[in-house]
Amino acid sequence: MTETKIDKKLDIKGVVCPYTLVKSKLAVEEMEVGEVLEILLDYPEAAVSIPKAMLNYGHTVLKVEKINSTDWLIRIKKEVED
Amino acid sequence: MDFTEEQLQRYSRHIILPEVGGKGQKKIAGAKVFIVGAGGLGCPVGYYLTAAGVGTIALIDNDRVELSNLQRQIAHSVNTVGVNKAESAKKTFEALNPDVEIIAIKERINNKNILDLIKDYDIIVDGSDNFPTRYLINDACVMLKKPLVSGAILRFEGQLTTIIPGEGPCYRCLFEDPPPPGLVPSCQEAGVLGVLPGVIGALQATEVLKLILGKGKPLNGQLLIYDALTSNFRKVKIPKNPKCPICGDNPTIKELTDYSEEYCAL
Repeated sequence: MTETKIDKKLDIKGVVCPYTLVKSKLAVEEMEVGEVLEILLDYPEAAVSIPKAMLNYGHTVLKVEKINSTDWLIRIKKEVED
Repeated sequence: MDFTEEQLQRYSRHIILPEVGGKGQKKIAGAKVFIVGAGGLGCPVGYYLTAAGVGTIALIDNDRVELSNLQRQIAHSVNTVGVNKAESAKKTFEALNPDVEIIAIKERINNKNILDLIKDYDIIVDGSDNFPTRYLINDACVMLKKPLVSGAILRFEGQLTTIIPGEGPCYRCLFEDPPPPGLVPSCQEAGVLGVLPGVIGALQATEVLKLILGKGKPLNGQLLIYDALTSNFRKVKIPKNPKCPICGDNPTIKELTDYSEEYCAL
């Protein structure tokens, strides 16, 4: 499997909804179209709501992975200018 | 400008909206809005724009708060009866959102001060209660090419329109001159349902935010009329009048008219 190039990382462990999405959205806004954001989080609801919201914004969800008992890793590819 | 943690919380429901986002919220924070009148309309407009985080809001009013205002002018209270209305609203808005710079101007707007007062603002809101002031604001906004969100209320009916000079009609395209004094009753004579300015003021604030964000379609070239008794919203098209005395092809109004009629206390 080829390694995805990560352009930006966001650690929002300890952050709860809706600020998980607020911070993720602001991070995407600052990126260029085509770039990839990797989000590390531990708020279970956000592992569902962030991918859903990012799809609604028009971006691609490359990956949603539970990496240990508490944390998720989400990768978003920015597809459209905000 | 980076958002503080407090601002992220305060504006989170805006930032999440695709049409607003962090970029839009920063536009709102950079905007300067001038509101004429801190009465029935000015209170809800100023209230919501303060909550939205508009950077600078100026309020002009030379009236004092009376008990009879409190049925509809929601920024005032029994604690500010007797206080200048712009000053009273400023206190309320500052308590709501310290991010916003509120400028209270305790003057009557007139043909001599209006151009100077509004020249540094992006958007003007008409929340005045009389025709001379309404026409004065229209003419000044046309001259300075400032977008104007105009609202009016009486009894159970309210109306609003957005005027974008150069892009659409102005108030004089709709009615060339103010009606003669006494023809249209004032709220003092005719009454007004207290919640009505809340409805129209909230719609005016919405128009202001759309203009700041550059999203949606502004209500220019149209008059939106709301009838509270029937719950009807009606839109009437306003054509641009090429012979309009202020925004037409050959304007005859070159300077602002001195209206020194009695002010109707809304």
